[in-house]
Amino acid sequence: MKEILVDEATAKKYKRKSIIAFIVFFALIALAWTGWKWLVNQPRDNGIRGGIQKPLRKVLDLNEEVYSGLYSTKHLIKEYPRSAAAKKARVNGDVGLGPDVFDPAAWRLQIVKAGGDTLFLTLDDIKKLTKIDVVFNFKCIEGWSQITWWSGVRFSELAKKYGLDKETQMKYVGMNTPDEQYYVGVDMPSMMQPQTILCYELNGKPLPMNQGYPLRLIIPVKYGVKHLKRIGTISFSETRPPDYWAEKGYDYYTGL
Amino acid sequence: MAVKVIYKHTIATRWMHWINFPVLTIMIWSGMLIYWANDIYQIKIGNSVLVKFFPEWFYTKLHIPYRLSEGMAFHFVFMWLFIINGLLYVTYTAVSGEWRYLLPKKGALKESWQVLLHDLHIRKTAPPQSKYNAAQRVAYTMIIIMGFGSLITGLAIYKPVQVQWLMSLCGGYEAARLEHFILTVGYVLFFLIHILQVIKAGWNNFRAMVAGFEVIKENKNVQNK
Repeated sequence: MKEILVDEATAKKYKRKSIIAFIVFFALIALAWTGWKWLVNQPRDNGIRGGIQKPLRKVLDLNEEVYSGLYSTKHLIKEYPRSAAAKKARVNGDVGLGPDVFDPAAWRLQIVKAGGDTLFLTLDDIKKLTKIDVVFNFKCIEGWSQITWWSGVRFSELAKKYGLDKETQMKYVGMNTPDEQYYVGVDMPSMMQPQTILCYELNGKPLPMNQGYPLRLIIPVKYGVKHLKRIGTISFSETRPPDYWAEKGYDYYTGL
Repeated sequence: MAVKVIYKHTIATRWMHWINFPVLTIMIWSGMLIYWANDIYQIKIGNSVLVKFFPEWFYTKLHIPYRLSEGMAFHFVFMWLFIINGLLYVTYTAVSGEWRYLLPKKGALKESWQVLLHDLHIRKTAPPQSKYNAAQRVAYTMIIIMGFGSLITGLAIYKPVQVQWLMSLCGGYEAARLEHFILTVGYVLFFLIHILQVIKAGWNNFRAMVAGFEVIKENKNVQNK
């Protein structure tokens, strides 16, 4: 540490320096406080992506660019033996599962193709594809996690089988429940990840109603909010499809 | 009568110190908004809960409930400032040679104990020191390591698939979350002691963190703190 000895006249100069330093210090505190107030009072983005202060959303979207650069379909989530899976999978959220409007017999998976044609698939059509088990640590955006065992077909395989080549070149996949009350948007690389499945079984048995019977999305590279229960329609787009929780202020990407 | 001026904290140290304070506050606050959504941690002895993180009155008082999305947004915006400021500080401290004042020396723990006894008025004399005493060196070095810990455990919870190796290093997803939480409790404890010490050390010491220097009238023979 540098030390100097000064006479009393010079010491006064240091007194002045001190005062100036504190004026600057308090001015900066005031500035920081103003900046903070500005930020929290910014209008919220309530459009397709809304629910939080616009500048925050901008940074979250920048974060997405950083992480989608980090992302690789080769980064697989760790899988566990079936015996590690919880006997009772936790149920969280029932938006889009209204029983009144759902008729299991009439259900078809609707896939809206780029040209506007729609594919209608029955559960039996889907079951014809290779059945895949995914036993992984399911992560909820609330902060809990649970090892669960799901089975179904790879989305990537289904896309290939039904000639959705043009569609899977697009940036996003949008999904809705049959009653359109719950909807998610997912970036294509995450949809094409080999552990992303259209799932029809939990613990080796058909999905219970509250887990999205007859078919739900299991996408281990995302938080649970994206694992839409009871898929009604699948569509494709170059822009972000509406997303239920993103509209409520959550990050759109939510990639793990 | 001569006056001694001691240049204690460089302008870089002062800036980074004062930037870190509000940024870490925002990180802790937004972290609590996130934690609330799955608030499972408690300290138990046998079957009785000693401390619950956090009691209802605490949440209500700080307006924490039902703000998960907001908490996540603030957390993942201000994390950048926390990381950048932290890395700048570490780089600066390494390059400028300030680390010589900061890193604990040999016998640091024994000397820290003596400092503690002195601070508690159990021991009359404090061990000799330069800018920081042994206890400060230990504490300030720990807090930097904790900062790294928060960065690593935070990244492990945030991107557990893309940086799976980091998550495994932390002992798994749930473990990383708990570690991240414990580190935060550590910051709060550090902060409380830090404030007490700053009050105890007095004006000259505080001024040094704002203006950079201490001013000591020589004839009074005041000990350089």
